[in-house]
Amino acid sequence: MKALRHGDHRRLPASLVLAGGVLLLALSFVIGSARGAYAISPLQLWNVLLDMLGGSTQPTPEHLVFMNIRLPRLLLGVAAGAALGLSGALMQGLFRNPLADPGLIGVSSGAALAAGMTIVLGSLWFPEMPRTLGSWTLVAAAFTGSLLVTMLVYALSQQDGATRVGLMLLAGVAINALAGAGLGYLTFLATDEQLRNIQFWLLGSLGGARWSAVALVFAMVTAAAGSGIALARPLNAIALGEAQAALLGVPVERVKRLAVLLTALAVGAVTATTGIIGFIGLVAPHCVRLVAGPDHRIVLPGSALLGAALVLAADSVARTMVKPAELPLGVLTAFVGVPFFLLLLRHFKSRL
Amino acid sequence: MNARNMHDFSLIAGLLEVVGVGVEVPGRALLRAASAQFAAGQVTAVLGPNGAGKSTLMSVLTGQRQPTGGDVFLAGKALAAYAPIDLARVRASVAQETQVAFEFTVREVVELGRYPHRSRPGKSGADIPLQAMQATAVEHLQHRALNTLSGGEKARVHLARALAQVWEPAVGPASAQATRWLLLDEPTAALDLQHQHRMLQLVRAWATAQGVGVVAVLHDLNLALRYSDRCVVLQGGEVVGSGATAEVLTPACIEKVWGVVAHPVAPQGGAAGPSQYLFEAPI
Repeated sequence: MKALRHGDHRRLPASLVLAGGVLLLALSFVIGSARGAYAISPLQLWNVLLDMLGGSTQPTPEHLVFMNIRLPRLLLGVAAGAALGLSGALMQGLFRNPLADPGLIGVSSGAALAAGMTIVLGSLWFPEMPRTLGSWTLVAAAFTGSLLVTMLVYALSQQDGATRVGLMLLAGVAINALAGAGLGYLTFLATDEQLRNIQFWLLGSLGGARWSAVALVFAMVTAAAGSGIALARPLNAIALGEAQAALLGVPVERVKRLAVLLTALAVGAVTATTGIIGFIGLVAPHCVRLVAGPDHRIVLPGSALLGAALVLAADSVARTMVKPAELPLGVLTAFVGVPFFLLLLRHFKSRL
Repeated sequence: MNARNMHDFSLIAGLLEVVGVGVEVPGRALLRAASAQFAAGQVTAVLGPNGAGKSTLMSVLTGQRQPTGGDVFLAGKALAAYAPIDLARVRASVAQETQVAFEFTVREVVELGRYPHRSRPGKSGADIPLQAMQATAVEHLQHRALNTLSGGEKARVHLARALAQVWEPAVGPASAQATRWLLLDEPTAALDLQHQHRMLQLVRAWATAQGVGVVAVLHDLNLALRYSDRCVVLQGGEVVGSGATAEVLTPACIEKVWGVVAHPVAPQGGAAGPSQYLFEAPI
């Protein structure tokens, strides 16, 4: 009803958009459950669910595949997509710039540099590290790297006790370039095998999903999403500019700090476990804004839902297109996300 | 300088004042020892040539800029001592230019004015944003994206947003300083002739009927003469005149500050009204 009155600015009502997001996520979750190197038919999936509820003693192969490989992978995908979509919306709202994405504040490039250093130099400088940390080595290093670089960008954007987002934007661009150069130097030093490892890490994958890592990432992303959605109204006010938002009683400095912190933690944790998954953080908020308008009370949860759905869809394709091998996820997110985005753009271009 | 002793300033509760305020940026003073009083229930015009420090004075009044010297008092208490949220409930401002990010509609922008009141919504469910939009004649645009409007329409939307912010007297623990304030930086700059008058008539009515303190930067001295009770004239960062507008804005003052010769024009048909000027083009 209300949407119809919007005339040339027709928008879908919030409840419809969010319900659509949930539906899209559920759909990609079910499809993602069934497809893969080991296909599980809907009937088998149903039996696995019944087994889980009934506590069967004789697990079927489907059961083992689903519980140990597919489910953690799907949940990691949900966490990754939600973190990227939500953080993208937070960053675009904070920077008041539709081109912002979580990578802008150095989260991804910091993780990439640290991962590269671990792959190339780790065995050289700290030969005992993989023994003590095991498979967590790369994850811990990448997470630390992403936090350190984000903190550096944040510190560089301080002026007179306040955070200047214009400065943060430029510092982010500069530090990202520096991290890129560092990574470039590492690829020059790397052996062929290390080079391949770096390359695959940079293209992202949900293949490393283990229950322990998934639980940790999922918990962090859930916490970040909970606090992030509370920033919706302040971010709406910040659309009028920081000065006007402050005059409306928005604690602007606190909002900025929280948005950066949440992005660093959520995207840092995700990137450390999956490698770099591009494009979701940029595209998901735009898609939601195009159909539902710019109100962050819809854009934040909507971007999280859509981001999760897009990552699951992309991962389904990544797992099945060249099975039993896997395509890199980062390639697929662009392949899935860009046409989706362009389609929306075509449909709603009058609105831009 | 002892304006505080004048009868219309007897109530310190309705007083916003700057005392000896200086604002310096490296290598330049934007304001020098500026003192001025702004009273509830009155329209005070801030006047002066380009670069005189009008916007700087406004940013000191909004608290966006910390003066490098002097004090700002609201109801006798230092402005910086108030909680921002308490101030937001009684004081709204419209900047010279407000760039709104993303495609927010007119209605959404005006609703943002209610942000400081979200924890205590208005009584009887009155649709304050709608009333505010009606007051500035933008309700027919309410579903349009703000960024598709003309400059003048945008200015009226932002005034509606400010009106919505201070639509009702504040209630609750912060009501000690219950006077509401509207701080407007060049509100008429983008408006057509009719809307310039309508906007100033509107804020003037708010001042007289509701006791709101209005401070407005104006460039049109005739509008200032017609609609403001008092004025503060700035030149080169210094206050060079303040008081009742008709008394301050003499031809001598105008020639000294603006370098323009002003000829008083008699009101049409001898009707009562404020004096107006005809200006000679400067040579």
